[in-house]
Amino acid sequence: MSNLYNYILTIADNSLILAQRLGELCGHGPSLETDIALTNISLDLLGQTRSYYQYAAKLKGEDKTEDDIAFLRIEREYKNCLLVEQPNTHFGYTIGRQFLFDVYHLMLMEKLQNSPDETLSAIAKKGIKEVSYHKRFSSDWVKRLGDGTEESNQKMQEAINDLWRFTDELFFMTEAEKAMAKEGIGIDVSTFKEKYYKEVSEVLKEATLTVPENKYFTKGGKEGVHSEHMGYILADLQYMQRTYPNMQW
Amino acid sequence: MVETLSSVSDPEIPVLTVLDLGVIREAIEKDGIIYIKLTPTYSGCPAMDVIGDDLKKAFSEIGKQAKVELVLSPAWSSDWISEEGLQKMEEYGIARPLSESNDIDVLLNSKKLVKCPQCQSTNTHLVSQFGSTACKALFKCDDCLEPFDYFKCLK
Ligand SMILES: [Zn+2]
Repeated sequence: MSNLYNYILTIADNSLILAQRLGELCGHGPSLETDIALTNISLDLLGQTRSYYQYAAKLKGEDKTEDDIAFLRIEREYKNCLLVEQPNTHFGYTIGRQFLFDVYHLMLMEKLQNSPDETLSAIAKKGIKEVSYHKRFSSDWVKRLGDGTEESNQKMQEAINDLWRFTDELFFMTEAEKAMAKEGIGIDVSTFKEKYYKEVSEVLKEATLTVPENKYFTKGGKEGVHSEHMGYILADLQYMQRTYPNMQW
Repeated sequence: MVETLSSVSDPEIPVLTVLDLGVIREAIEKDGIIYIKLTPTYSGCPAMDVIGDDLKKAFSEIGKQAKVELVLSPAWSSDWISEEGLQKMEEYGIARPLSESNDIDVLLNSKKLVKCPQCQSTNTHLVSQFGSTACKALFKCDDCLEPFDYFKCLK
């Protein structure tokens, strides 16, 4: 049970933190269309997060609600990967982060829809439809920026080079993930690692970008050891519940 | 029951009732309580909370208590919108969803298949894959020059 609970959070926290990052862009997107697109993606991710947290809260019992899980944990208890907490440095960076996550996310959902756990399977089935749109959006923009002007190409390339070091963590298996994969409920993410890099590389090539060869990777987020950005994200995210406990909209 | 259900409309597309939209999967009365199963169109659709509250309110106005449960599976599909709903949607100015393959062609391959709800021309182009809400994409008609929403095919 505690493995399942932790497993759910491992998936859900990625969606929550990325949704929060994208939400920061509400009203600040580089154009009206991209602003709306990014915040719509944020909303989809938040919706998925809620479904996962409601399920996790039910498992936890003790009158816990989805809000407790979203707002009242300390930094070390969040299990999102480092990739999703990286800041919106510039539009190309936001797109790069989104693209590197979307390719992974869709592959994970496609596997998870076959989980014998009915709730996880239902969330994944619903999520696939949404995440496919996200991936279309982000990969289109990677190509547009990569194969755009000299400046957009350079910025897109720098973003990919910088974010590359966070990709390996997507395939790092935590204890909860290992245990759930063994039980046949969770997904062994290492099974689609090769497929992931292949697909990512194909899009990058089409975008006239160079696939980074850097073999230095960093990880920690999935085990609660986050980058310096995480504290600021949580300060924003938790502020209302911490200041006014149990407040409702 | 049907009358009360159809008095509740989608807050985003007010011409559509929840029945037109196909989000009510079940509504049964047991021991004086109405049990409703509601399927969200999109996971994060903020309209769902509003619809849930509106349903409870509509039933309380006829002296009944309603309990609303969100069900995710089977996932909602744009095929569940009734023909009447699709017509109302078009009259309201939102283009109806195309078939799955045509939807991919207009959203990904810039094919001109979406019909402008103002002048019926298919000389239209995609402005953004995401429109005013997650379920819609933004288009523009190249004949009458009006921008409009296209309800995406979701399967
Ligand atoms: Zn027109």
